[in-house]
Amino acid sequence: MKDDIILRVAAKVVMPFMLLFALYVQFHGDYGPGGGFQAGVIAAAAIVFYAIIFGLAAGRRLVPEPVVETFLAAGVLVYAGVGIAGLALGGAYLDYFVLDHDPVHGQHRGIFWVEAGVALTVAGVMLKLFYMFAGRASDG
Amino acid sequence: MEALIIHVLLTAMVVVIVALALTRNLFAVVVLGGIYSLLMATVLVALDAVDVAMTEAAVGAGVSTVLLLGALHLIASREAKPLHRPWLPLAVSAAVGGTLAYGALGLPPFSDPGAPIHMHVAPRYLNEALRETGVPNVVTAVLASYRGYDTLGETVVVFTAGAGVIALLRRRKRK
Repeated sequence: MKDDIILRVAAKVVMPFMLLFALYVQFHGDYGPGGGFQAGVIAAAAIVFYAIIFGLAAGRRLVPEPVVETFLAAGVLVYAGVGIAGLALGGAYLDYFVLDHDPVHGQHRGIFWVEAGVALTVAGVMLKLFYMFAGRASDG
Repeated sequence: MEALIIHVLLTAMVVVIVALALTRNLFAVVVLGGIYSLLMATVLVALDAVDVAMTEAAVGAGVSTVLLLGALHLIASREAKPLHRPWLPLAVSAAVGGTLAYGALGLPPFSDPGAPIHMHVAPRYLNEALRETGVPNVVTAVLASYRGYDTLGETVVVFTAGAGVIALLRRRKRK
């Protein structure tokens, strides 16, 4: 679909809104519907969309494979790290109350990082799956 | 009105399922699968489960359709004629479906606030979540804070699935 000018122009217009929507779902998840999982999937879908229109090579240039693999593992580490931070500050594993002087603030902080971890892993896995399947299809 | 919309959507889903079972063209099957997911996502919006709807639309209709198309690229695009008559699978499906429908008859009415599942920990979450976590969205508070262990487990499951696919599909360089 690389040569279709309508698709190329439309994709460039729509992409920023898709990514912005992913960020909105991520950071507004405390107030509205959504959260890390949805944000991660939407962000990955935006990159997949880009790669379908402009070709797999362009997608890999935009978000290279090592970055995707790092995301995939970093998300779980961030999530587990929030638990370790709770332990280090004298609470139980995944206890957010101890993460700040104000317990409610600590909850907020814990939820923020946990959601960030979920989003990183989900986006990484979705994108990696796409790269692997599409890569097989294109190199034969 | 809402019930009418949901019933129309569910009827359309039945039509899609029948078409899915009948068609032998795998490209049409993948596209019908995407349509099914999109209809499901719309039903979930009508049921006020917007976050589940977002997941269904993005994963079911979006990413998995793309992955299936990628897989379709590697194989023939027509389903082979089955070797046997489909009576045994049909009987198993009918039996499982009948059992599920029979079980569903015993469930409490839909969105009944007095149902047992709503009497256990749900009232505490609904009443205390804002005070305890400072997060107005109860779903986020339950997922990320009260049930933090479960969500950690889910994230590890997603990670493991991804790692498994990488291990299976990665091509090693030949020496």
